[in-house]
Amino acid sequence: MLRFILRRLLVTIPTVLVVISITWVLIKLAPGNFYSGEKRLPPAIEKNIREKYGLDKPWYQQYGKTMWTIVRHLDFGTSLRYEGQSVNTIIERSLPVSAAVGILAYLLALIVGITVGSIAALKQNTRWDYSSMALAMLGISVPNFVLGPVLVLIFSLSLYWLPPSRWEGFPSRNLILPVLTLAAIHMAYIARLTRAGMLEVLRSDYIRTARAKGLSERDVVIRHALRGGLMPVISYTGPALAFLLTGTVVVERIFALPGLGNYFIQASLNRDEPLIIGIVAFIAIALLVLNLLVDIAYAFLDPRVRYN
Amino acid sequence: MSTEKNPQPDDLIHIPPEMAIAEADVRSEEAGEVVHGTSLWRDAWRRLLKNKLAVFGLVVVLIVTIASIFGPTVIKAAFGFTPDYIPTNDQQLTRSFPPFTGPNGEFSWLHPMGTDNAGRDQLARVLQGGQISLFVGILATLVSLVIGVSYGAISGYFGGRLDNVMMRIVDVLYSLPYVIVVIVLLSMFRSQTPRGQLILLFVALGSISWLTMARIVRGQVLSLKNQEFVVAARATGVSTTRIIFRHLVPNTLGPVIVYATLTIPQIMLTEAFLSFLGFGVQAPLASWGSLAADGIQNIAIFPWQLIFPGATMALTLFSLNFLGDGLRDALDPQMRTV
Repeated sequence: MLRFILRRLLVTIPTVLVVISITWVLIKLAPGNFYSGEKRLPPAIEKNIREKYGLDKPWYQQYGKTMWTIVRHLDFGTSLRYEGQSVNTIIERSLPVSAAVGILAYLLALIVGITVGSIAALKQNTRWDYSSMALAMLGISVPNFVLGPVLVLIFSLSLYWLPPSRWEGFPSRNLILPVLTLAAIHMAYIARLTRAGMLEVLRSDYIRTARAKGLSERDVVIRHALRGGLMPVISYTGPALAFLLTGTVVVERIFALPGLGNYFIQASLNRDEPLIIGIVAFIAIALLVLNLLVDIAYAFLDPRVRYN
Repeated sequence: MSTEKNPQPDDLIHIPPEMAIAEADVRSEEAGEVVHGTSLWRDAWRRLLKNKLAVFGLVVVLIVTIASIFGPTVIKAAFGFTPDYIPTNDQQLTRSFPPFTGPNGEFSWLHPMGTDNAGRDQLARVLQGGQISLFVGILATLVSLVIGVSYGAISGYFGGRLDNVMMRIVDVLYSLPYVIVVIVLLSMFRSQTPRGQLILLFVALGSISWLTMARIVRGQVLSLKNQEFVVAARATGVSTTRIIFRHLVPNTLGPVIVYATLTIPQIMLTEAFLSFLGFGVQAPLASWGSLAADGIQNIAIFPWQLIFPGATMALTLFSLNFLGDGLRDALDPQMRTV
């Protein structure tokens, strides 16, 4: 196990460096420059800018310098558009926003999804089963950028129950709609996975044994069936993380939340090179580490899984 | 036993499985018995038709596809306006009318989905957007199909170290924050022409979606490659390329079709997501994602600008998902989980 973790961590570092390099190459290969606008700059000014940002040096020196500061000091430099702010400060400031929305949404999705999925499995082929699975399919099919505005239209602009957008600190009514929007698709997936997993487990011998021993249905479901039936849900967590990430980008755009995703889109549109590289690197690291944690959790929960 | 060392005219000796079946049919007819064999495909088709939700999905997908392909032309012929026709009368305060409403607030059949900010017919725009969305979804899926199937089949067939390296590459690519890199790619190389941006979008979407396909095909090939018909083909000196693409790949078609059907809605969703953020399809071309993005700007006053493209897209994805689920149940009754 320890060897597995170590080996995975060793793979993680080069992977992150590759991601940073790909991003760097894409930015360098792209036509134009971050300072090129509608009007051509006077040559003297252009020369000054190029000198200031080290663009007059050959590409391998630029690449080496960028990578070295990142590897050595974990320093991604200063943003080109948000003047005087380092990339690290921007990430530190925006991460809690994205994390709050993402974690709340995934928790909500887990609670609702597992409940609905288990009920559907226990009442297989009844009205409950069909209606919840149809609803889940709807949840998978409605894109979040349609769902979000429709929720705003209903709850903010017609009923006036909830604020339509903006960030006002952590526990706040402003979070309800973004979290719901982000959670919807995951709820649907988790409900489907739980149902499938539970159906498989409920037919197995050890459940029959548990019932034969005379355990109450509640104990059978909660203590025996759920443990096996939730394995697909746990293995979904890996892909879900990547999915949550893209979801937060959209949700932050719709609800004007100052999270990582919103900054990333702004940075891409503004060609804020250090900020792009910083956020991409951060996301890559977060994703790889979280995926590793999921794999470890999987091995702990399912004794049949062995990593060698 | 290496197949490269004894090059033989394999066509003379080798009988592919499909032909073997045909021969068996002929023999039974010669014996005077009328035996109609049910092929795997006919069987699957029958099972699919029994699944009401899948049939619903199939019908809706067909309707949306046909409407998207011919709709704009029909509207042009019947009412005389194209999706990008902007009316010239400037008498009104707004040019965006609700569904079934004419310029003076009266009932009218002219714009069943209303008009957008510039006064363009929404139905025509949504149908034209459907062309782009479906086109992107299907073409990018084909790209992922070609890459994924070849990659997976080669990796699975050769096995050993090559397989190890190829699958490790897939593992690493899998763990990358792909959409993020794609956004960087699309924003950095933002093309000046809408067509250029569309091509960039295909490349980006196709290159991210072949990974799962490669894994599925590899798994299939691993389980097939030691079966008798492959051993027989190898023994008769069929070339490796031919074994992979003529003998193994056709036998993996079931799962491949199922997964491809489920890839189309995923890619359409990603395309819509990118277009929604402004990195995908550019005006004057429109896709459901970019129409929805336009609609959100005016959601408080002109909600129909978002609701119609959004609902059309949701309905199509819903149907494609049901169709994919149905196909999976029909083609592989054992793979019913998830």
